[in-house]
Amino acid sequence: MNENDLRKIIEQVIGEMKSTASLSSGQAVQEEVKNEKNITTGVIEEGFIPDITEVDITQQYLVENPVNKEDYAELKQYAPCRLGIGKAGARYKTDPLLQFRAAHSAAQDAVFSDVDHEFVERMGLFTIQSQCDSKDVYLTRPDLGRKLTEEGAKTVAEKCKKNPTVQIYVSDGLSSAAVAANVADVLPGIIQGLKSYGIDTGTPFFVKYGRVGAMDQISEITGAEVTCVLIGERPGLITAESMSAYIAYKATVGMPEARRTVVSNIHRVGTIPAEAGAHIAEIIKLMLEKKASGTALKL
Amino acid sequence: MILRTKLFGHNYEFKSIREVMAKANEEKSGDRLAGIAANSAEERVAAKVVLSHITLEDLRNNPAVPYEEDEVTRIIQDDVNVTIYNEIKGWTVAQLREWILDLKTDGEMIKRVSRGLTSEMVAAVCKLMSNMDLIYGASKIRITAHCNTTIGLPGTFSSRLQPNHTTDNPKGIMASVMEGFSLGCGDAVLGLNPVDDSVESVARILKSFDEFKNKWEVPTQICVLAHVTTQTEAADKFNAPIDLMFQSIAGSQKGNEAFGLTAQMLEDGRQMMLKKGTSTGPNVMYFETGQGSELSSEAHHGWDQVTMEARCYGFAKRYQPFLVNTVVGFIGPEYLYDSKQVIRAGLEDHFMGKLSGLPMGCDACYTNHMKADQNDIENLAMLLASAGCNYIMGVPQGDDCMLMYQCTGYHEAAAIREILGLRPIKEFELWLEKMGFMENGKLTPLAGDASVFLRK
Repeated sequence: MNENDLRKIIEQVIGEMKSTASLSSGQAVQEEVKNEKNITTGVIEEGFIPDITEVDITQQYLVENPVNKEDYAELKQYAPCRLGIGKAGARYKTDPLLQFRAAHSAAQDAVFSDVDHEFVERMGLFTIQSQCDSKDVYLTRPDLGRKLTEEGAKTVAEKCKKNPTVQIYVSDGLSSAAVAANVADVLPGIIQGLKSYGIDTGTPFFVKYGRVGAMDQISEITGAEVTCVLIGERPGLITAESMSAYIAYKATVGMPEARRTVVSNIHRVGTIPAEAGAHIAEIIKLMLEKKASGTALKL
Repeated sequence: MILRTKLFGHNYEFKSIREVMAKANEEKSGDRLAGIAANSAEERVAAKVVLSHITLEDLRNNPAVPYEEDEVTRIIQDDVNVTIYNEIKGWTVAQLREWILDLKTDGEMIKRVSRGLTSEMVAAVCKLMSNMDLIYGASKIRITAHCNTTIGLPGTFSSRLQPNHTTDNPKGIMASVMEGFSLGCGDAVLGLNPVDDSVESVARILKSFDEFKNKWEVPTQICVLAHVTTQTEAADKFNAPIDLMFQSIAGSQKGNEAFGLTAQMLEDGRQMMLKKGTSTGPNVMYFETGQGSELSSEAHHGWDQVTMEARCYGFAKRYQPFLVNTVVGFIGPEYLYDSKQVIRAGLEDHFMGKLSGLPMGCDACYTNHMKADQNDIENLAMLLASAGCNYIMGVPQGDDCMLMYQCTGYHEAAAIREILGLRPIKEFELWLEKMGFMENGKLTPLAGDASVFLRK
């Protein structure tokens, strides 16, 4: 390129700049946007990008040209972990990266959102609250999550049947998603199961911002022989919907943790919610017979 | 010792060293939960000012738990080198801070002074350090240790291969082991947290790790993270091969009791390892710690979580470990509220461990009820590597399906090495090259293909 060519190019560029500048700058931007829009609307298609949360990570195998694909694919089925995911440089491929973020987003939403009030009412439960007045306080003050507000304690005393054989209640714990996913199956399941054994149950309710230990105070207020709380577990990435049942015989405030019996891992790919109710009822029956719970009760 | 100062003309007065130490901490939800945190940002700074004037002698004379009551205190105090202590006991905490940061002070000098420090002094200077101070100070201190290989040499960065499984399924565990090694993970240790911590199961997993290690001639160490007494029984009853003996430890005798542990048990475990262990040694122990564990077992004696954590390191030093790591974000938001607090705690723990003379690593992690995500933990891992941290963890894509938390993934150590020009432990790197997983310190296209171990 000689000097003349270069000059021509520069003149041309300056000329173009002038002509763009002669339009009002607002107009120019509008033109641009309009063009952009036309291009985009032209390529929007029907259909869905597949749901990345439906991928079975035990089956997914993203390694390129593996030495022995068949045998490793077989082996990795035994691990519920993110294996066979290959790499992009020393980093992750895009699909597993987004799958991970999706799983974490579900876990975060399960912890940081509240159980839907309408759901609680639909289940026929009234609501009381622990001494935590926000999710933030709940997460940082486990001691307050173990105590009911004065008003809450009064409500339980007024509304609940006195001295029932079994008091069952529901609490959000660390996963509102777990409550939403499992309670509709598990709660009636337990009540039904106990009924078939001829065991009476008290008035169920819902404790917002509750920790497991709140069951001790509730046991003292209702005078129940056995108290059982259905509570959301801390979510993992495999599921955000896992619920536990903590059950204790004549729980009292300040009793050792070892006196609680726990049925954990209640979710659709763990202990199936529809079956969990009967299982818990059976444990409660045994607890009443042996008059013991926790490590003192051999299951 | 003056426990009073003014800030903007306001008086701030503290009743004890304990109160100064707690209030001088950067904000942590755990100190708030314990009811000992500073009541305002200004009071926090006032406490730092007071702390900066306190002498090392005052700190030695005010251990978190009295000598007579607590074996952790006794071990920390008894292990102080009196000659070195006498040289520095007149220093203020501010002087110690500036001496550590001084251009003329090198790692060997810090290691010597370290022998004259108690854990309360280590904690105190940490409280006056900014995050970059913690990185700058720690990066001077190289602590190496030898089990089958040498960890912590300058220019190296290692990782623990953590192939945890929800049911300890042997096939599932091995699938994870293969993928981890294929990505250059596992030069620190191949170590599993068992679900079933029965003696039989622990012995069975140790044997399977030993078999794999021998078959493929992997230059590393193996471990199953059960209680010391369980591991000893596995070695005694089932001849289980153990390279490294694991134990969780706390910063007070009462805290250790919550783990079912006494100092005598640790010493017995170490002696058993020196006698019957399968590794070369002399460093045959692996410890894990974490801020907040003493408070959670009501064993903090009214002291803050940074000081109690420092005491774990003073205690650990007695047993000449090969690996020590804080599991920094595992305990939850009631102790470390969000990513900012986790990152701070990770840097504090690494610095305090190194200043205590330990070959320090870090499990940079978080739970799902914390305000943190994978980006934060990648940040922390990068910062730790800059600080000269010996090792981090590696689990498949950072998602530990068994412990239900997230930490660093198999890919992270490899990426960090490439970014910062660091290498695995030499023998391990040569092995990776032999296997075709690494070349010139970088992963090869073959890396990540676990099926190499199933080649027909």
